[in-house]
Amino acid sequence: MAKCVVICPIGSVDHGMLERIARHIEMRCSVMCKVSPRMDRPEYAYDERRCQFNSTTILKHLIRCCPDEALGFMGVTCEDLFVPILKYVFGLAEMEGRCSVISMHRLRPEFYDRPPDQPLLEERVKKTALHELGHCLGLTHCKNRRCVMYSSVRIEDTDMKHADFCPTCSQLFTWRIDTCLSPRRL
Amino acid sequence: MSKMPRILVVDDERPMRESLNDWLKEDGYRVGLASSGQEAVDMARKDPWEVILLDLKMPGMDGLKTLKKLKEVRPDAEVLMMTAYATVETAVQAMKEGAFDYLVKPFDPDEVEVQIKKILAHKELVLENILLRRKLEETYQFDEIIGRSNAMQEVFALISRVAPTDSTVLITGESGTGKELIARAIHGNSKRCFMPFIAVSCGALPDSLLESELFGYEKGAFTGAEHTKKGRFEMAHKGTLFLDEIGDVSLKTQVNLLRVLQQKEVQRLGSEKVMEVDVRIIAATNRDLAKAIEEKRFREDLYYRLNVIHIGVPPLRERKDDIPLLTDAFIRKYCLEMNREEARVGASAMKQLMAYDWPGNVRELENIVERALVIGRSKEISADDLPFSRKGGGPETFPKSLKRMEKVHIERILEAAGWNISQAARDLDIDRQTLYNKLEKYEIRRGDS
Repeated sequence: MAKCVVICPIGSVDHGMLERIARHIEMRCSVMCKVSPRMDRPEYAYDERRCQFNSTTILKHLIRCCPDEALGFMGVTCEDLFVPILKYVFGLAEMEGRCSVISMHRLRPEFYDRPPDQPLLEERVKKTALHELGHCLGLTHCKNRRCVMYSSVRIEDTDMKHADFCPTCSQLFTWRIDTCLSPRRL
Repeated sequence: MSKMPRILVVDDERPMRESLNDWLKEDGYRVGLASSGQEAVDMARKDPWEVILLDLKMPGMDGLKTLKKLKEVRPDAEVLMMTAYATVETAVQAMKEGAFDYLVKPFDPDEVEVQIKKILAHKELVLENILLRRKLEETYQFDEIIGRSNAMQEVFALISRVAPTDSTVLITGESGTGKELIARAIHGNSKRCFMPFIAVSCGALPDSLLESELFGYEKGAFTGAEHTKKGRFEMAHKGTLFLDEIGDVSLKTQVNLLRVLQQKEVQRLGSEKVMEVDVRIIAATNRDLAKAIEEKRFREDLYYRLNVIHIGVPPLRERKDDIPLLTDAFIRKYCLEMNREEARVGASAMKQLMAYDWPGNVRELENIVERALVIGRSKEISADDLPFSRKGGGPETFPKSLKRMEKVHIERILEAAGWNISQAARDLDIDRQTLYNKLEKYEIRRGDS
C-alpha cells in the first residue's frame, strides 16, 4: 500500500469536514490522505485539576497506534489540549516523527464569543493540520507571518497566515516528503 | 540552524522539561534539559547557553541558589525563572540575583515566546553595543594618525603621557595637520573615553551664535529662541570639549569662556540657573597666539588657562619622510571606499609629492590622492594624475605673472581645504567675500584646477 497521511478523528468530530481537510492536504502536499475510523474520547489523557486533556499523553497513544503505511498520523479532537508547561496548545507534533494531534476547541469562533462560522473553522483546522504535518517533516517555525509554519500562539496568528507554505518552507516540505517517499525509506 | 540560540531548561518535573523541549524545538531552538540545579551548573560549565529557563522550586539546590551559581559560571546567560507559586518577594529576590524575568507556570504560549524574543533582542543589543564600543576604541587609536618621523613620534609620546590626565591641552599647527585627530586620540585614550567627545569649530560661527552653541539657551532668551537648547559644554559633561580654531574667538566670548573654565560652571543664555560641568578642554589653533596676545586680540589669562600642555603638530613639509606612508594609507582607504584594486604610486609621481611644499598639509595630500584615484583609473598613480603637473606649474615651477600666481595659489589652497570656502578664506587670511570676489575675477570653479 502506498504511503499516505492518515487523519484520525478522536471522539466526536464532523467526518465531512475531515474529508475536506484531507483533500486540502492532498492538493497542497501532493500526497495521498485518508480519514480513518474514529478513536474513543481520550479519557486516559484527562487532567481533572486543569479540566483539559494532556496532548503529550494523547500523542504517545497515537505513536503506539500509528499504522505502518502512514507517512503521517494526525489525531483531530474537539477537546481542549494542554502541555504541562503551557496553558493550552492548538496542536502538538512529534518533531521529525509521524504523529500529531490537533484540537478544534480553541479554533471554534464560539470559544471567543463569536457566532458559529463553519468556513472559518475549517480554514483554521486546515492551517493547523498543515502546520503540524510540517513539524512531523522536521520543519520549524517560520518568520514569515503569512506562512502556515508561522508560530500560532494566539488565534489571531492562525487567522493572519495562509493555509499554505511560503516558498522556502514549501521547498523544504517537498524535499522532506520526497525523501520520505523514496524507495530507500520504504 | 546551527546559529539558532541555545536554551537550557532546568526543571525537576519531567513532563515540564519535555513539554518545554517540544515547544522550543518547534521554534528551531537548540534545547538542553537538566533535572536539577547541579546538573544545570555542570551543563553551563560545559557549554554556553543564551537563555536558561530555571524552575524556582526544586529539591536539593533550589532555583535561587542555582541562579547564583549559574551567574558565576555564565554571567552572560539570561535566566528566566519559572514557578507555579508566584510571590512578589521571590520574584524581586530572583531579579536582584540577576534573573531577567519571571514566568508563572503554566505559561500562556505567547508569554514565553515574547519573553524569549525579548531576551534575544536584548542580547543582540548588548552585543551590538560591545561591537560599537570596540569600533569606537579603534577609531580613537593612534592608528588614525600616521607618522614614522621623529617629529610625529614625539607627538605620539606626548599624547600617551597627556591622555590619562585631566589637563587642558592646546594643540597648535597649520591647517590640515590633523589637530582634531590628535584631540580625539587624547580623548579616546583617557578615562573619559566612553563619555562624549564634542567638537566645536569656533571660527566657523559668528560671535552670538558661538555663545549660544557653547552655553545653550532658554526658550525666549532672544528672538528666535523657540525652544530650550543644551550648550556644547553641557553635552560634553564628563567627556571632552574640543574647541577648534580658538584663535578666532572674539574677545567678548573669550571672557565668557574664561569664566566657565575657571568656575567649571555654565549658565544657559536667558537662564538664572548655574550648572556645574565636568569637562576636559582641548583647544586648537593654526594662529600664532603669542602674536595675537601682543596685538591684544587674544587674552593672556585665557591663553595660560588653555596652554597647560602644549602639543605642536609639525607641518607636512617638516616631516616629508612620512609622505610615502601617508600616501599608501590614503590609497588603501580610498581604494576600499571606491571598491577598486589597490593602486601604487609611480616613481615620478612620488618624486613630485616629495618635492611639493604642502601648504595644506596632510589634508591636501589626502585630497590629492583621492582626486588622483578618481581621475586615473590605472593601477599606478602617475605624475599626470597629480594636479600640480596638469597645471603646468608644480612645486618647482612658478608662474611669472603675479595675477597668475595668485590664481594658482588660491586654487591650491581651495584644493587643500577640500573646497571649504570658510577654511580656504581663513588659510588665505582674507574674508569669505574677498575670496568669492577673487573666484569670480579669476573664474575659478570647482573642477577647473
